[in-house]
Amino acid sequence: MRYLPLTDTDREAMLAKVGASSIDDLFADVPEEARLSGPIEGLPLHASEMAVERHMRRLSKKNLAAADAPFFLGAGAYRHHVPATVDHIIQRGEFLTAYTPYQPEIAQGTLQMLFEFQTQVARLYGCAVANASMYDGSTACWEAVAMAARVTRRKRVVLSGALHPHYAEVVRTMAKFTDDEIADALPSLQGTPDNDGLIARIDDETSCVVVQYPDILGRIPDLAAIADAAHARGALLIAVNTEPVALGAIRSPGELGADIVVGEGQAIGVGLQFGGPYLGLFAVRDAKHVRQMPGRLCGETVDAEGKRGFVLTLSTREQHIRREKATSNICTNSGLCALAFSVHMTLLGEKGLRQLAAWNHSLACKAADRLTQIPGVRLLNDNFFNEFTVTLGTDARRVVRKLADDGVLAGVSLGRLFPQAEALKDGLLVAVTETTTEEDIETLASALQEALA
Amino acid sequence: MKAPNKSGWKPEMNAAEDGMHEGPATATGNRALMLEEPLIFEIGHAQTSGVDLPAIDRSGPDRLGGMARTEPIGLPGLSEPETIRHYTRLSRQNYAIDLGLFPLGSCTMKHNPRLNEKVARMPGFADVHPLQPVSTVRGALEVINELAFWLIELTGMHGVAMSPKAGAHGELCGILCIRAALEARGDAREVILVPESAHGTNPATAAFAGYRVENIPANADGRVDLEALKARLGPDVAAVMITNPNTCGLFERDMKAISDAVHAAGGFVYCDGANFNAIVGKVRPGDLGVDAMHINLHKTFSTPHGGGGPGSGPVVLSEALSPYGPLPFTARTADGVVHLVEEENAAAFEHTQAFGRMTAFHGQMGMFTRALAYILSHGADGLKQVAEDAVLNANYILRSLDDLLEAPFGHSGPCMHEALFGDKGFGEGLSTLDLAKSLIDEGYHPMTMYFPLVVHGAMLIEPTETESKAGLDQFIAALRSVAERAKSGDARMKRAPYYAPRRRLDETQAARKPVLAWQEPDSAR
Repeated sequence: MRYLPLTDTDREAMLAKVGASSIDDLFADVPEEARLSGPIEGLPLHASEMAVERHMRRLSKKNLAAADAPFFLGAGAYRHHVPATVDHIIQRGEFLTAYTPYQPEIAQGTLQMLFEFQTQVARLYGCAVANASMYDGSTACWEAVAMAARVTRRKRVVLSGALHPHYAEVVRTMAKFTDDEIADALPSLQGTPDNDGLIARIDDETSCVVVQYPDILGRIPDLAAIADAAHARGALLIAVNTEPVALGAIRSPGELGADIVVGEGQAIGVGLQFGGPYLGLFAVRDAKHVRQMPGRLCGETVDAEGKRGFVLTLSTREQHIRREKATSNICTNSGLCALAFSVHMTLLGEKGLRQLAAWNHSLACKAADRLTQIPGVRLLNDNFFNEFTVTLGTDARRVVRKLADDGVLAGVSLGRLFPQAEALKDGLLVAVTETTTEEDIETLASALQEALA
Repeated sequence: MKAPNKSGWKPEMNAAEDGMHEGPATATGNRALMLEEPLIFEIGHAQTSGVDLPAIDRSGPDRLGGMARTEPIGLPGLSEPETIRHYTRLSRQNYAIDLGLFPLGSCTMKHNPRLNEKVARMPGFADVHPLQPVSTVRGALEVINELAFWLIELTGMHGVAMSPKAGAHGELCGILCIRAALEARGDAREVILVPESAHGTNPATAAFAGYRVENIPANADGRVDLEALKARLGPDVAAVMITNPNTCGLFERDMKAISDAVHAAGGFVYCDGANFNAIVGKVRPGDLGVDAMHINLHKTFSTPHGGGGPGSGPVVLSEALSPYGPLPFTARTADGVVHLVEEENAAAFEHTQAFGRMTAFHGQMGMFTRALAYILSHGADGLKQVAEDAVLNANYILRSLDDLLEAPFGHSGPCMHEALFGDKGFGEGLSTLDLAKSLIDEGYHPMTMYFPLVVHGAMLIEPTETESKAGLDQFIAALRSVAERAKSGDARMKRAPYYAPRRRLDETQAARKPVLAWQEPDSAR
């Protein structure tokens, strides 16, 4: 019980001060019959630091870490190198163990960081304003849909078939309870996104069109045409980005006309972590929409001496002020992940981000060229950033499992992502980053060739 | 490097007029170890980078499909040493639990063990992808399942949804389970009852899920008015959302009676488990009739809050609600193997009534590893001690201050995890806010203020179990001192804090003319 500072002497003295004869007196309001007398049966007793570490290491070793295998998974979570400085900064106790900055005079570190983070995200997305982060990309996507309904007072949501299926499922799940009507589709296995088909689904009841950029198959849709079509019908365009590094190489969604840009920031600074905690990014192109935005916002102001300082602001939108009138039920942000993102982005800078993006793209091109030399493997999309789809002519789920048994993490099978879509099952989504070596690409190619032979 | 352009840099100080600073103003605006720090946009440069990347072999055309970026992004870079200095300097302007007591009631800021950080960074947890083949992540699934087992046992419930990303997200998950269960029996109910003593997120959640929210008053004891609740129950009530222990710091004595009445009326009981740390190992919510309860892992199980998050809000579920829990989740089969149940194989695990999916992947794995390490460190015996020490510390605060500060529910039994005070007797023009800002000068983070809403000028103090008696005594002495000043009408408190990195900040200006992103001075609005 090394985390508990009270001694038995302290406890006695404190009980005396409180006027209780025993600790159970303090639990007098708990009904007698519901009170547990001893520790819960079936649960082990306290363990030493060494014992806990040993147990957790044993469980950790049952997993194949990405660094220990040729690794090609993406589909909304990307493995990038995180500079050692990032982890050093986020482990500083003043950041790690701080709470939400409710007392701005003694939380300027967190607040200034959030102000810088908001600016970085807004610029990356080509938007006027970004918030101080959300839970993750998928929940940010839903919040964007909910915001579009508030702005347009409409209820029909057009989802691109090439939106990450888990993101689409989060939107469908939430919409069941808010009466939004979902018009969605499955992606078609073709080289270029079906913009015309998407645009044809937009009507005068449409609140928003949700398009992933680059999309779940790795293709890079031209958002401008979709934005024009949406705006012509009075709908908003929501662009979803799951790989922020891509924006170092391709045009920003805001620049292309997206009204709300959301995404997953995990790729910069955060690490894979088996799916969380991740970092939802959320920005609006036009500052006039800021009061309909969900989530925390940090704003600049001055203190009583006229010095620049930062505070959380516009909180009248939030649940703890207006209770049942709140625009969302978001109650926290991913503060520490936002810090990791911001530190990594500051280390990269414009120059570093562009170089990193170019490197990712160049390696991905090499991987695509190499894999398509394998008999039976076809490159689906010839336009991509660092992730592309190949078809294998057989169920890719089986191939992925087979390669995993051989210690190669080959990518994400479309069959796992879209179990209901028979037509997609021979698709394999392959992601390449700066952590991929040319040797890894060669290992994947040989293993794939062997598996398909 | 850009020239400084904002008042944040200016050396001018007015503090001297308060008689607080006898030395001269400094040219830099710095004060010895307290350093002013400009924004990265003011010190960074687009051509500077703190990472080394190899030159690119640019042979061959790009495959960006004509979407190549043409415009600059506008992101400054800093070298590695500049980066470390920038963020280290910023960090020193933060209060944190590592620096001292953080008595935010209902927020629960306790010691964050560093073993948990070490564990979360083990490559098998930190460096695995959520969509890796299941055969390569057996250990990660075992962590989720082992934590799920503890949560179910400690709460006396039947199942648990692990994926919600935070407490409020967990509330939503619980309400959606309730809604799915009601719909499954063809029972369309419209109303959720929320007592005044519940967390502010509760009504927001219910409204967000499409329900009409009705308040239930608190009685003079600071608890749910049982008779008022019973009178309101009926066939239109889907659920009651209760926070227990509640936000007045009190245990809802009638919890079992409330549950029985709600169940008899065909509704469900949601319990906000944010304050579970006060009862863990002492009483199981399942034994009190709760159907769903979220557990904030950072509160009860010490995962660090990082200046605002991430959180993690698993939801424990009764037998009636478990079939509706969202995907994905883990399940252990008789052979001891832990499986991942998602869309692909839900039918094989007979989980076909899931209400959907809360989030893209499996929830907050990085928080699960930390929470499990904390739970194993404490064990069943230690967790019981956690609750006892948390409650003892809170009552010690209550009884050490109730002669000086109004304790509106001090008469109605022991408090649980937190002590509640009001502002009665403060001098003319002085408020809880002034007391809080004065406490900053004493070296403490202030308590939760103006919440719960049922108490005027409320102050909610939660010391948690990781504070020593000596530490509490020092805090009590500081609080007594500022409380005495407030009662004597010390007008200087209106201008506190004096010694923080910033004096009182103008929040009205921030809201009236929002400046939410940095812009080059040339393009000043």
